[in-house]
Amino acid sequence: MSTHNPFFDPTLKKRHLADKIFKFVALSALLIAVSFLVIFFTDIISKGLPSYKQAYVNLPVTYNKDTVADSSYAIDEEHYELVSRAWYRDMPMYATAHPEVMNKTTKEWVLADDEVDQYLKGHAHTLTDEQKVVVDKMIKEGSVELQFNSIFFSTGDSKIPENSGFLSSVVGSILTIFICIAFAFPIGVMSAIYLEEFAKQGKVSTFLEININNLAAVPSILFGLLGLAIFINLFGMPRSSALVGGLTLGLMTLPVIIVAGRTALRSVPASIRQAAYGLGLTKWQVVKDHVLPLGMPGILTGSIIGIARAMGETAPLIIVGMIAFIPDIPTSFTQASTVMPAQIFTWAGMPEGAYVERVSGAIMILLGVLLTMNALAIYFRKKYEIKW
Amino acid sequence: MIFRKSVLSLVAIATLAFVGCEKSQNSESQTASAGAEKNETASVQTNEKSENQIKMVGSSTVYPFASAVAEELGATGGVPTPVVESTGTGGGMEMFCKSKDAPDITNASRAMKLKEFEECKKNGVTNITQAQIGFDGIVLAQDKGTTAMNLTRNQIFLAVSAKVPSKDGKSVIDNPYKNWNEIDASLPASPIMVYGPPKSSGTRDSFEEMVVEHMTTKDYKDLYEGAGLKKFKDIRTDGLYVESGENDNLIVQKLTKDKTAVGVFGYSFLEENGDKVAGATVDGATPTSENIASGKYPISRSLFFYIKNDRVAQVPALTKYVELFMSEKMIGERGNLKKLGLIPMDKATRDAMIKDVLAKKQLSGDGLK
Repeated sequence: MSTHNPFFDPTLKKRHLADKIFKFVALSALLIAVSFLVIFFTDIISKGLPSYKQAYVNLPVTYNKDTVADSSYAIDEEHYELVSRAWYRDMPMYATAHPEVMNKTTKEWVLADDEVDQYLKGHAHTLTDEQKVVVDKMIKEGSVELQFNSIFFSTGDSKIPENSGFLSSVVGSILTIFICIAFAFPIGVMSAIYLEEFAKQGKVSTFLEININNLAAVPSILFGLLGLAIFINLFGMPRSSALVGGLTLGLMTLPVIIVAGRTALRSVPASIRQAAYGLGLTKWQVVKDHVLPLGMPGILTGSIIGIARAMGETAPLIIVGMIAFIPDIPTSFTQASTVMPAQIFTWAGMPEGAYVERVSGAIMILLGVLLTMNALAIYFRKKYEIKW
Repeated sequence: MIFRKSVLSLVAIATLAFVGCEKSQNSESQTASAGAEKNETASVQTNEKSENQIKMVGSSTVYPFASAVAEELGATGGVPTPVVESTGTGGGMEMFCKSKDAPDITNASRAMKLKEFEECKKNGVTNITQAQIGFDGIVLAQDKGTTAMNLTRNQIFLAVSAKVPSKDGKSVIDNPYKNWNEIDASLPASPIMVYGPPKSSGTRDSFEEMVVEHMTTKDYKDLYEGAGLKKFKDIRTDGLYVESGENDNLIVQKLTKDKTAVGVFGYSFLEENGDKVAGATVDGATPTSENIASGKYPISRSLFFYIKNDRVAQVPALTKYVELFMSEKMIGERGNLKKLGLIPMDKATRDAMIKDVLAKKQLSGDGLK
């Protein structure tokens, strides 16, 4: 019967099946991508959240001449190993600065050793059985607890896990990115304007265009080598400084901004330029008052994404010496500083559990910053976007 | 109007930022206009401005010790915390010898080579002091669940060398061994898979010298020299020795996954990861700090740092750092660094070393290889 139907398509069933298969494949690709993301985030968050808490122990501390001379006597022998080495190191300075505490034994909250911290959080630890008994007893008495980890948010790197913080690399990142923006944004935007509005279309500009597009895809490590050769070896800028790092990242971001800028400027309709020229405006007036404002949302979106990439970049900074042990919070552009992804990289190479935890905690902060920047880019685009 | 305002303010911010940072970055704009000579002054200015901060490069094995001392100095010495970079011994030596400026110190997991010393001399870096801080052993470790292997230095050599003596012992051939039991029937029948440090690493240098070169210059000296392979020390590159970066932690992760694989790294790392991996015995000696300091465990080495004495004028903190590092508190029997895995020298050697270093005994080329 069906063979007499002029509308019957013998391949219909097959085509529908192919359609279903295609839909299924596309959906499973999406599911795989999403599940990886979910696994990544649950892993990072479940590992990272504990790093925002830090164990403290409430112990009687004896301040007198002997304990200031050798701080290891300030805590009784039973609890000696439970207290952080950082506390023992800093205690004499504290006592000298606060003479009123001298010759007294006071019960106070002191920073616990990272092994106690890991034990409390239920992670692998190296406490001995006797120490565990002591800590268990202290838990019952309420003299050991997890408090907000203010150290993590207020200091820099340390070889004592419980004493290490993320702030110095956050400050380093801010300084570095500031230099990067100050260097790459004006130069990138001006280059884009020149290439798009002023340059004559010819062999030279085509050659430049091809090269800039290629530069935008060059592996970042090469920019590190370029930065080392130019800024450190030729210009003699201080190694490991935010200045060198920022300029190196700026070199890397520059082609991205130029490409984004040109695309944005090109999307401004020619009719606007023609109307402006028709009214007798100069090129500078056309660019300043019309083309640039209309292209700005696009330029900003491209630039912010380029800068966000620079912020998460590590490879070129290895070459210019920003991946190092730099605990001090930098106060100037020429001082040695490290950046967030570099700090994460350094901690990831450390064996102690407290660092593993800090890696995830730091990744959460870095991701937060990057998500905020991307959200900002989307906001700018949506707010000022004009559809022609 | 909104666009225009936002654009103008953005441009204003960008310009301000650029002008603002030009003040601090005197080199960038100057060089654009003034050429290379002016930068000499710019760099001197920035160097002076970088205050009293010591810059260190070098061995990844000495890195944890150096940064622990650096942190202590920063926390208690009233000077900026020194910057410690982990570049590998060879990379550190190169930077150290390149100029009279920073880096002020390079850390090394072997003594300076004569070639490097000559390079330093050529660039005007002559007033160098060598400081030995202790020992480190190189261990071959496996996952804790695997039965520890009892190896000899010869067996390790046969497993990792690029070229080995043939079975009849008459010629040198490309390494044919794929399984441990092919080397010696007493070893397990598992495939040879060694994760170890890359060429830039001091651990790799020492491993090559203490295992491969040791065998080809001692036990198999005539054979290798006969084959035109004097001082042969190449590690196999057929994929059974996997270079695993300067990040020793990654090697540990690989070992816990691949139970039959062997990892090569510093003793301090074994001590820290004793819960995950266990060291193989070599020539009957287990890798312990006593066996390493006494020399009973054969694959061990000395750790050093080198000081550019002339830098003290610009970086006075250098003296403080060296004094702190070369103190009983750090490198002694009960010192802080012992907890981090450093194996101290015996008392007499240590005292003599501390005396020499504090007297800024100048390194001479004699005795360097």
